[in-house]
Amino acid sequence: MSTAVGVPSGRVQARTRSGSLGVLRSTGFAGIASAVVIAVATVLAVFGPLVAPYNPDLPSLGQAFIGPAGGHLLGFDFEGRDVLSRLLAGAQSSMIGPLAVVVGAMVLGTLIAVVAAWRQGPADTVISSGLDILFAFPGILLAVLAAAIFGAGLTAASVALAIAYMPYVARVLRGAALRERGQPYVAALEVQGASGTSICLRHIIPNMLPLIVAQATIMFGWAMVDLAAISFLGLGVQPPTPNWGVMISENEPGILQGYPLPALAAGLCIVGVVIAFNVLGERLFEQAQRVSR
Amino acid sequence: MRWRFLARRLLMLIVSLLVASFVIFGALYLAPGNPITALSGGRALPPASLRVLEARYHLNQPFFAQYWYWLENALHGNLGISITLQENVSSVIAARMWTTGGLVLFASLIILVFGIGSGVIAALRPGLADTSVLVSTSISAALPSFVAAIVLITVFSVKLGWFPALGNGTGFWSSVRHFTLPAIALAISSVAIVARVTRAAVREEADREHVQTAISRGIPMRQIVRRHILRNAAIPITTVSGITIASLIAVAAVVETAFSLNGLGAYLVQAAESKDLAVVQGISLVLVTAFVVINAVVDVLYAVLDPRVALGSRAQ
Repeated sequence: MSTAVGVPSGRVQARTRSGSLGVLRSTGFAGIASAVVIAVATVLAVFGPLVAPYNPDLPSLGQAFIGPAGGHLLGFDFEGRDVLSRLLAGAQSSMIGPLAVVVGAMVLGTLIAVVAAWRQGPADTVISSGLDILFAFPGILLAVLAAAIFGAGLTAASVALAIAYMPYVARVLRGAALRERGQPYVAALEVQGASGTSICLRHIIPNMLPLIVAQATIMFGWAMVDLAAISFLGLGVQPPTPNWGVMISENEPGILQGYPLPALAAGLCIVGVVIAFNVLGERLFEQAQRVSR
Repeated sequence: MRWRFLARRLLMLIVSLLVASFVIFGALYLAPGNPITALSGGRALPPASLRVLEARYHLNQPFFAQYWYWLENALHGNLGISITLQENVSSVIAARMWTTGGLVLFASLIILVFGIGSGVIAALRPGLADTSVLVSTSISAALPSFVAAIVLITVFSVKLGWFPALGNGTGFWSSVRHFTLPAIALAISSVAIVARVTRAAVREEADREHVQTAISRGIPMRQIVRRHILRNAAIPITTVSGITIASLIAVAAVVETAFSLNGLGAYLVQAAESKDLAVVQGISLVLVTAFVVINAVVDVLYAVLDPRVALGSRAQ
């Protein structure tokens, strides 16, 4: 464990020196392939609407559920809109929600974990029991409650999921923060008169960063699944905004009519991105644990 | 010591339920919109009848008193009246409970049989069996229930016509046929998670010294697997199975909607859309209770399987 801080052994130092690219390289082929998928999805989330070959919102009912033809690679959806254009434009609303959930859950969870580990004693007991109680709310249920109160929408759903995920983050990171708290360098800094806040912000949290990044990567996949499910239920992103979850529910009638392509294509986008986040997250997790040992 | 552990867990269960009920009531209490307007259907009421309604629904009382009335009624099985259906929320819940319960039970069975089964096979038979389980689980672990639902409907209802795509069915065997695809869709990602944890746990136990000793003493492999490997691997397997099964309760809403089953979750979603707050409160309370109770049962099972948990509960 001491390798992560004070005097790193040669191998660990080599890895930290080579930066994030080096970390990525050591996740192996599957890790790099996942990172590429994630990068493509991220680029589409920013530029998707510009790349889309046709207007994703322009219906032409005469072409509803018509298969791939003449420049429309994936055919038309239930309102005759170009499916490929809707997939590309839908990357934005499908990626931004999970991003908000992950950032919210990670910031809240990390702060709570570090406070619990730093204070210990009664504060830790209160925080830990509070987290145990928060586990009583499954993410989707909290999002449905939020929709009932604030109305359906991506914001309410994202806030609800961030709150529901926070205890998972806090539980994992509290253990890591406790381990870090027990390191000799922390005691040394305390003797030198550094304040608790500065030790936490400048040393403990940066040292937990590999674990935080791994946790955030895995959580992005969960958030994507849950938010797509909430949009599928009609309580998240509202049509006609293009979104992968919404595309599945609005094209569901096509499945029963024997034309499943639009719904399946949107499903494939979700699954592909989620697999990429899961695989990369698992690799990063293994690595974070290897380094901290 | 064991009793202390049980008592502590029970106390935590009660506190969790109280806090959860408080959050459910409080959140919807804060929701915009006036209950009187909902009751009167938007008509303007004379002040006298307003006062009667306020008194009947305790709306003129402080928040905590209202919460107390609601909780007391809920404990007596009275969850208020659905505004859209004009029916008791508890009878709406009772009518739909078996759909959700049956679906979750069916899915749990699939998770336990296929998850643990394929995990054990993958751990004990390296090579082709192991690789195929690893590959298929890393895909199905990322398969959201609603994507699984549309794939299953496309293949098994529309193309092959083996199973019905929508609805509940009547009678036992028809229901089983109607629930097969939904249960698979609900279970599929959890099967992968349980299989992976089982594989890791069984492999870890199989590498232990006492197992190697047992093999060298010539004890039959079947007996070693049952007594020495599975008994010890059962602890992480039980935990992960319990947690994933508990999480199905919320995800069931998605599957019920995808397959048009009239379960609690699907109705919760409709109620949230139409702002039928009494129904949202009632169903949320039932689902959270089921979730918390299952998690508590898993913790107790964990202590039964691993006596160190109960003994060490003070040290932690």
